[in-house]
Amino acid sequence: MIISVASGKGGTGKTTVATNLAFSLEKDVQILDCDVEEPNAHLFLHPDIKDRMSAFTPVPEIDKEKCTYCKKCSDICRFNAIAVLKDIILTFPELCHSCGGCMEVCPEKAISETGRELGVVERGMAGSVGFVHGRLRIGEAMSPPLIKKVRSFIVDNIVNIIDAPPGTSCPVITAMKKTDYVLMVTEPTPFGLHDLKLAVEAVKILGIPHGLVINRSDIGDNGVKDYAKKEDIPILMEIPFDRKIAEAYSNGKLVVQEMPEWKEEFLALYRKIEKLVGQRR
Amino acid sequence: MKELVVISGKGGTGKTSLTAAFAALSENKILCDADVDAADLHLLMKPDVGIKTDFTGGGIAQIDLSKCIECGLCRDLCRFDAIRENYVVDHIDCEGCGVCVDFCPEKAIAFPIQICGEWYISETRFGPMVHARLGIAEENSGKLVTLIRNETKKLAEQRDLDLIITDGPPGIGCPVIASIGGASAVLIVAEPTVSGLHDMERVARLAAHFKVPAMVCVNKYDLNPGQADAIEKVAEDQKMVVLGRIPFDPIFTEAMIQGKTIHEYKKESETSRIVAGIWNNVISTIQ
Repeated sequence: MIISVASGKGGTGKTTVATNLAFSLEKDVQILDCDVEEPNAHLFLHPDIKDRMSAFTPVPEIDKEKCTYCKKCSDICRFNAIAVLKDIILTFPELCHSCGGCMEVCPEKAISETGRELGVVERGMAGSVGFVHGRLRIGEAMSPPLIKKVRSFIVDNIVNIIDAPPGTSCPVITAMKKTDYVLMVTEPTPFGLHDLKLAVEAVKILGIPHGLVINRSDIGDNGVKDYAKKEDIPILMEIPFDRKIAEAYSNGKLVVQEMPEWKEEFLALYRKIEKLVGQRR
Repeated sequence: MKELVVISGKGGTGKTSLTAAFAALSENKILCDADVDAADLHLLMKPDVGIKTDFTGGGIAQIDLSKCIECGLCRDLCRFDAIRENYVVDHIDCEGCGVCVDFCPEKAIAFPIQICGEWYISETRFGPMVHARLGIAEENSGKLVTLIRNETKKLAEQRDLDLIITDGPPGIGCPVIASIGGASAVLIVAEPTVSGLHDMERVARLAAHFKVPAMVCVNKYDLNPGQADAIEKVAEDQKMVVLGRIPFDPIFTEAMIQGKTIHEYKKESETSRIVAGIWNNVISTIQ
């Protein structure tokens, strides 16, 4: 089972839901924090990191002895990552999308690949919860390749919970793709609703079943609920605004640890997801 | 001309509500919404769209099955696993590198340029605004951000405006990098939580990496004054200007529901007064 937790708008409570859900389950579970630009799950789960690896994406390296400056490499590159001027060849590794076209097209076999560091992937355990996250290198623009590295640690036959980045473009699509269920965490405000609608459009393109968690459910208006009803999207959980929850979060504590009565709520949330995914299969 | 970009690292700290408040407080300025992925500023600014333009990104591979001989070369070459067994290209997986297009021995692959969003020049009650909408599940958010920032600058010059206020995206990746490069300053809106502190530090390092001066304000500080202290200490240690603290106040949500800035909604409130003070600090810092 792979559940992704997404939202459209940032700061609605994705990490709160993902970490508390993972911590509440009494079965084999791991959390994969795919918000590699700003990963936060570790701040609440305090995992013991056992394995740390740098992640790289291939970029071209030119052997200037062999290069004849024929420009075939710069012609094929759609990302302007190679420039050839008379007898000068320049590469711009930060623009490279690692497609390998230049290496393939070079008639002199003058291009090999070296790596551009995307960031690091760290793995460990938080109690009985498996933990994987990626941390994008400061200054690196492309998060999807690092998200794919984090996702490569998905394990079959256990519950995998993906904490997705905000938004609706390529990073969140990379995180949500080929998951069994998307849990969308929203807040009942005009901004929350607007971004939720965009996120729902994205999930529909991917064809993944989805449901809502409404966070701070008593602050705002009825827009989100009306929308969910109209679009027939199930509301699986509501979390009211509670200063105790906000304080626990602000100090890096899990809600289910500070307020154990919430554990049953998260277990109920999981059972609903399990049932909805089962019906679909 | 000065350009202020409001960012946060972490999402949901109050970037857009504050940008809107600043719009109401400032003179002779233009607004830019660079959060093209999940733009919200228009919900408060209610822009009258004047000019609407398509945003074209790169191409996407499209295989003409009547010409395809199923040799498999494109599938071997594609590093993004975007070509299915039936030689149909998955639009979401296709990176737009065009390698298959160039190598296909039958020239069976076209590379049509995609329209992947649109951008707008609009008028609002607070002055002109340039904003955009990236298509769902699209790439090229950085390119679109760069485009609308350039258009904002052009328009500011034409109309002789001396300040650009830009609502930035969350995170530290491609659209954020495109939003802050060459700006006069960034304002980082942080929230007093462990994640707010963590994310503020990362985005501050990004601003330093690109040599853009950074200012910090703490929103909802009273939810955890200890964390607010910690954020301000980090900001001071890193030589960032600390602008002030804003309390947690439901007027932000109430004003949002009415599609107003907090100053239009409750000008006399303590929070509105504090935000006005922060704006004065911003202006005196960037001048």
